[in-house]
Parts: sequence; structure tokens; C-alpha cells
Amino acid sequence: MANFKRKDLVKQGAIWAFIVAELIFFSIAGEFLSVSEKAFMDFDNMLLLLKQSAPIGIIAVGMTIIMVNGNIDLSVGATFALAAIVLLDSMTWPFMQAMGNWAIPLAWLFALATGVILGAINGLIVWKTGVDAFIVTLGSMLGYRGLVFIYNGEQPTSHLNWTLVDFAEAQFLGLHTATWFLLGVVLLCWLLMTRTVHGRNAYAIGNNREAAVNAGIRVGPHFLWNFMLIGFLAALSAVVFYSESGSVNPNDGMLYELWAITAVVLGGTKLSGGYGSIISTLGGVIAIQLLRKGLGHIGADTETVNLVIGLILIAVLFLDRQLNRKGKEELRT
Amino acid sequence: MSTQTPALRLEGIVKTFPGVRALDGVSFSVMPGEVHALMGENGAGKSTLMKVLGGIYQPDEGQIFIAEDATVMSSPLQAKSKGVVFIHQELSLADELSVAENIYLGELPRKSLGRVDWEKLYAQTDDILKTLNVGFNARTKVGDLSIANQQMVEIARALTVEPRAVIFDEPTASLTDAEKVVLFEVIADLQSRDVGVIYISHRMEEIFKITDRISVLRDGQYRGTLNTKETNEEEVTQLMIGRKLDLSRNEMTHSLGPVALEVRNLSCGKLFENVSFTVREGEVVGFYGLVGAGRTEIAETIFGLREPSGGEILLDGEGVTVHSPADAIARGISLVPEDRKGQGLVLGMNCRDNMTLPQVDDMTAGPFVSDGAEIAIFDQYRDKLDIRTPGWRQMVGNLSGGNQQKIVIGKWLSMHPKVLIVDEPTRGIDVGSKSEIHNLIRELAAQGYAVIVISSEMPEVLHVSDRIVAMYAGKVTREFTAAEVTEDGLIQAISGL
Ligand SMILES: Nc1ncnc2c1ncn2[C@@H]1O[C@H](COP(=O)(O)OP(=O)(O)OP(=O)(O)O)[C@@H](O)[C@H]1O
Ligand SMILES: [Mg+2]
Repeated sequence: MANFKRKDLVKQGAIWAFIVAELIFFSIAGEFLSVSEKAFMDFDNMLLLLKQSAPIGIIAVGMTIIMVNGNIDLSVGATFALAAIVLLDSMTWPFMQAMGNWAIPLAWLFALATGVILGAINGLIVWKTGVDAFIVTLGSMLGYRGLVFIYNGEQPTSHLNWTLVDFAEAQFLGLHTATWFLLGVVLLCWLLMTRTVHGRNAYAIGNNREAAVNAGIRVGPHFLWNFMLIGFLAALSAVVFYSESGSVNPNDGMLYELWAITAVVLGGTKLSGGYGSIISTLGGVIAIQLLRKGLGHIGADTETVNLVIGLILIAVLFLDRQLNRKGKEELRT
Repeated sequence: MSTQTPALRLEGIVKTFPGVRALDGVSFSVMPGEVHALMGENGAGKSTLMKVLGGIYQPDEGQIFIAEDATVMSSPLQAKSKGVVFIHQELSLADELSVAENIYLGELPRKSLGRVDWEKLYAQTDDILKTLNVGFNARTKVGDLSIANQQMVEIARALTVEPRAVIFDEPTASLTDAEKVVLFEVIADLQSRDVGVIYISHRMEEIFKITDRISVLRDGQYRGTLNTKETNEEEVTQLMIGRKLDLSRNEMTHSLGPVALEVRNLSCGKLFENVSFTVREGEVVGFYGLVGAGRTEIAETIFGLREPSGGEILLDGEGVTVHSPADAIARGISLVPEDRKGQGLVLGMNCRDNMTLPQVDDMTAGPFVSDGAEIAIFDQYRDKLDIRTPGWRQMVGNLSGGNQQKIVIGKWLSMHPKVLIVDEPTRGIDVGSKSEIHNLIRELAAQGYAVIVISSEMPEVLHVSDRIVAMYAGKVTREFTAAEVTEDGLIQAISGL
């Protein structure tokens, strides 16, 4: 990795400083405005917050990789819903029911494979047609969501497996299952992006695609792998979430792509590709979840929460621009 | 040499693009241990030929032989694995990544599980950088380097493998003299290791200094190969452009008008300090100095791109504050920037639109942009500057490097400025067009424009300037008139002696 300069440190530290600021603000504001009796910084509350960050968080990690690579994936919300349906519905199939608890890993496998396949379709189209990923995944977002509705109409798909619920609600070393999955995904993907040839090539491709091609990096296969990875992660997110809830509505996962992108951008990843960090994305996810929870804590409604998050996103992008300036001697724009 | 087998050989290569026959049956070979120059006008097809060799383009016809084995170069990766290393004309770097990652782009050393072997990567890179004698290390971010140093990173790529042949496509365009010396050492070293070197450049003095043979292309056709020792600049030029060059200094004398631009004690932080000079109407003032002496920054300050930290700018004797480039253009100042890709051109736009970009607001017919007026301007400057393009619809990104530069110059000339600043106007431009551009600059001055020419090429400043301002490390060291200037005097002035 490149030398860390002060600028980079400030950039990577900014999201964590923001989180600390949020914590302080909501703790103090909560004293006066809170609708509940509990303190905001309550330990259980924080654990819950991490758990609730998991669904978007796992997807956002995949989105970071896709965006570093210079692409975007708008279909993750639909992939999430479709994988959830496969997970729950497959457990009701006769041969699966006959297998008892062995049906669980198999259902997981089906759901995850669904995600990988949907991701692979995106990746292949982007690779082989050369159409911009934004357009391709805009199309597949609509298409995959269509499949969700075809599967079960407007009806929710439900199946509760108590073994599964127990597993999902378990706490190991104090952290929930979902939190462990989130942390595991963050760690593995961080290693992937910083330590492996595949990850470094992804940065190079996003940064300067022509240079990467000239250097003999096979851009298409990289796209394919990364789309399969985000498909897998979207499905994993569904698997973790619906193991516990046991019921999926056809509209579930809508706007998840936008929340994931918001978290990624808050974490400092460049929309144009080539720059970004998985760890900072985790920061972005936590920051958003804190905002939602914190504003709820002091009595704001959902609309206000969305408005505030939108404003903060714009403010962050503006600050980022200021930070990237080189001072008085630099060129005016 | 004729008994040896060539390191590689191209035969009857044909490559067409929509509307352009870029290569028309070109044959070319390079021997092991030979430095072979490839020359030709802008758009002659040099880069295209090398891209065919490097696996970036597939030829329509023709064959590539490596040590006499017919080979298909299907991708850059394959070319590399066959030992063909390509140093590109335009920088081909990922600027968010480190120097080491860029040098080994596409072939990072691996450990198990696809992990990058960072220790090996950094160690190998540091070894290479040591031989190049540069002031940065393996972990520096490429985006933090100067253009010249970025070029050195490109060059370092030639040293990562045991290559069979290395292609340098105009490597010296943005190098300082010290770095050029290093580059030539690298080339000599490659030569001693029996590597075939293909060297593309428009600079005759380099060609005659380091090459063994010279092959010439014209309009996509092979025009012959000369032994460097047995030929001279004139013969090569003749082969390249099909006529002789008039290299005499344009002695057209005309009377100078009043002072058009005066700069008093202008400073901008540490970039340059207390710079004062005047330019009169009808005068060409050359700014000469090493890369990094602050010349470009002065130009950018006058053009409103930078905020001065002190001093005054006077136009026609009146103090002005230039807030922005738009402001500068309105006051009749134009700047032809040095970095054409970053500052001068929109590569994805066509030739005409690029050329008329700064004045498109004034060329309306009713609510719409007037097509006719735009095309008229484009045609005029295409003829004047001899721009090679199949038509105005061609995307600028598809033009050869030199022709892109001409589009930028045409763009600013068509604005009819009072004060025209040109920064490295002939970087990457062939000898024929170079003298045309020089003549054009003289002509503009004769018409009463005040012209500032920034250049790192001594023959160029000597050739076009009425007066020369020499700079060293952000300060003006001396001013010469055309009559009194000597090469020695200039060299002393720009090295701070
Ligand atoms: N991708 C492309 N699409 C269309 N035309 C192209 C493309 N690449 C090159 N050309 C055309 O092919 C011709 C040869 O271009 P090339 O870049 O090989 O010239 P060159 O000899 O390297 O010139 P220079 O000295 O200016 O770099 C030019 O007319 C150019 O416009
Ligand atoms: Mg070229």
C-alpha cells in the first residue's frame, strides 16, 4: 500500500470522528428529548445497533468492492429479496422437509447460489456487452424484482424454522450472530482488497481502466468475479436476516442499494472508482444506523431522518472536496 | 548484423480505422541489441504500429514474427509474456496506487491464496528505482509525483522482466535533461543485454545520439530504413515529409507596438517570486528554464488559474485583477496549456466542438449553436495547422498525439487574443509541423499579437523569440535580446550559475 500521508489519515479517520460526534450528540440530546427512559449509549442498545447494521452493512461491503472497481450495482435489493424467498420457500419443499435439520444448510446453499447466479448474470452482461454497469443493473434491478413478484405474487413468503431462529438469535461473546457475520465479511473483504492481487487489480481497474488493460489485466473477469461476490453478499445478508424473521414481503430490500451506496460514499469511497476502503464503509454503515436510531431516540420521524441523512451526505461530499484542496497555491477551479 | 535473426519482425501490417487507413502494409524489424528509431509525422501511424506489436490492436492483415516464429499477439498480456514491453506515449498509470504497484501492474508477485508478496514487490521495485537514480521510493503514491517522475515510473516498467524488445513511444516529451541522461543509460544497458529497442521521438538530436537505424513511416506507409551513421537530419526529414524544411529563422522585421502586458513583482507562494517583465505588441518573449522553474505557474497566474500572493498585472498599462480564466479570456488573454490531455481537450468530444469550445457562447443562430460558423472555424485552422483527421466528426481521443496538440493550439488561436501564452507548444509535434507552428507564432506577432512562448527546448526559444527571459527556481535570472543571446549564456542563466 502507498505511504500514508496526513491527508489520507484525516480522510480515513473522519468517519470515525463523525461517529464519536454522533454518540456524544445523541447522548446529550437524549437526556433532554428522549421519549424512552433508557440512555442512548446503553450497552445493549449498541449491540442491537450493530446487529441492525448487518443487512445493509454486508451489502455495503460488496458495494465498496464494486465501486472501487469502477462499477455500481443497483440490483442488490432485488437480489436480497429473491435470495430470501429461495431460502424460506425451499425449506417447505417435500424432499427438504424430509431431511429434518439438514434442510437448513441446504436452504442456505440454495439462497447463496441464487445470489451468485444473479450477480454472475450482471457481471457477464457488463463484461460481454461493455454497457455501463449503472444501466445493466438498473435493468436487472427491475427484472429481479419482477422475478420476486412472479414467485409468490403480492403474498409474503413465510416459513419459520425454530432451530434456525435459535441460531440467528444466539449471542456469542455478547455479539449477535448477524454481527459476527458482518464483522467476518468486513475482515475477509478487507483482506481481499488490501492483500490480494485480485483486490489490488480491482483498484487499478477502477482508477485507470485503460492503464489496466494496457498492463494486461483482464478487466472483464475481474468484473465478473466482483459481481458474483456482491451477489453472494446480498444473498448472505438475506440469509442472516430472514433466518430470524422467517417471512419475506415482495417489497423487502427496496432502496437497500441506495442505503448501501450512501454508506459507501460516507466512508469516503470515490464514486468514480479506484479509491475506497472496506473499513471506512463499515464506519459509514454504523454512522447511518446511529443517525437513524439516534434521531428516533429523540423523537424524529422517518421522513426527518431521511432528510437529515441526505443533508449530511451532501455536506460530507463538500467537506471531502475541501479536504482534497492543496491550499492557496493550488489551481482554481 | 544482417546474418543475425531479428528480435522481432513485422511484415505487411495493415490496420484500418473507420475513415483512416492508419497502416498500409508496413514491414519493420529490430535486431537484438539495436536501438531502432521509428519516425514520421504526426498521424503517420507510429503508435498504431506499436500497438499492433503490443497486442492492443489486431492487424487486418500481416504477420508478427518473434525470432522468426509467426506469432499472434492477442492481448497486451500475451505480448508481455513474449517479452515485448511497451512504454506508452500517454502516461498509462493508476495514480491512486503506489509506485511499486504501478511498475508491476498486471504482474504483482504472488504468495499462496492469491496474496500479494509485498516484501518481494517493494524489494524488487527499490532495486529498479536505484538503477534509475530517482528521488522517490516504491511506496510513494503515483498521483503525488511530478509528470516527469511519472514518466520515470513508466520507464521503470521496462526493467521488470527480461524483455526481448522494449518500445519507447516518445518517452522524453516531459523529461528534464537530467532524467533524459538516466533514460539513455537505461537504453544503453538494455542494448548491452541484447534487447531490441524501438525508439519513437520527434527530437532529431536524440535520434542521432542514441539510435543505430532509423525507419520512416509516412501516411501509414513504410518509406525506408537508414543507418543513423550514414545519414543526416535533412535526409530523414525529406523522407518523413517529402520535402525540405526551411529552418532559417523567420527574420520578418516589424515595428513593436506599446506594452501590452506588464508584470511587476508577481509572486505566488514559493512557486515563483518577484517576477517582472513586459511584452509589447508584436513581440515574442520566450521563457526558458528547466522543468519546474515556475514558468507554467506564471502563465497560469496571468490566466487567472492561480491567485497571486503579491505583485501586479497590467494590461495596456492598466492594473487588472484576473479572477478566473473566463475573466482572462474576456480581457484578451489566451493560454495554450502544456498538459493537453488534462487541461486542453475533451477527448470524448469531436474535433470541431473541441476547437470552438471557448467561444461557443458567441456563435449562436437564434437559440441554437450555429453549425456553419463552427465548421468554418474548424476548416480554417485545420488548413492552417495541417491537422490530420478524416473530418470534424472524429473524436479527439482517436487522433494521434501531435494532432491533438494542434487542435488545442487552433482552439486558442481562433479566439484572436491580444496576449497569447503558449506553454510547450511543440511537445510531441513532428519537425514539419513544428516549423509551421514556429512560423505561425512569428506571423501572429507580426500581426500585432503579444506572444509568450514557454519552452524547454533551446532551439525553439532561440528560433522564435525576440527576447528571452531565463528562469531558475522561481526567479528570473536574466533577460536576453535575440541579438545578444548565446547558448552558453542561456545555460548558465537557467542553472542558477
Ligand atoms: N482508435 C482509433 N480510432 C480511429 N482512428 C485512429 C485510432 N487510433 C489512431 N487513429 C488514426 O490513425 C492514424 C495514425 O495514428 P498514430 O497514433 O499511430 O500516429 P503517430 O504516428 O503515433 O503520431 P504522433 O507522432 O502524433 O504520436 C491517425 O490518423 C489517427 O487519427
Ligand atoms: Mg504517437
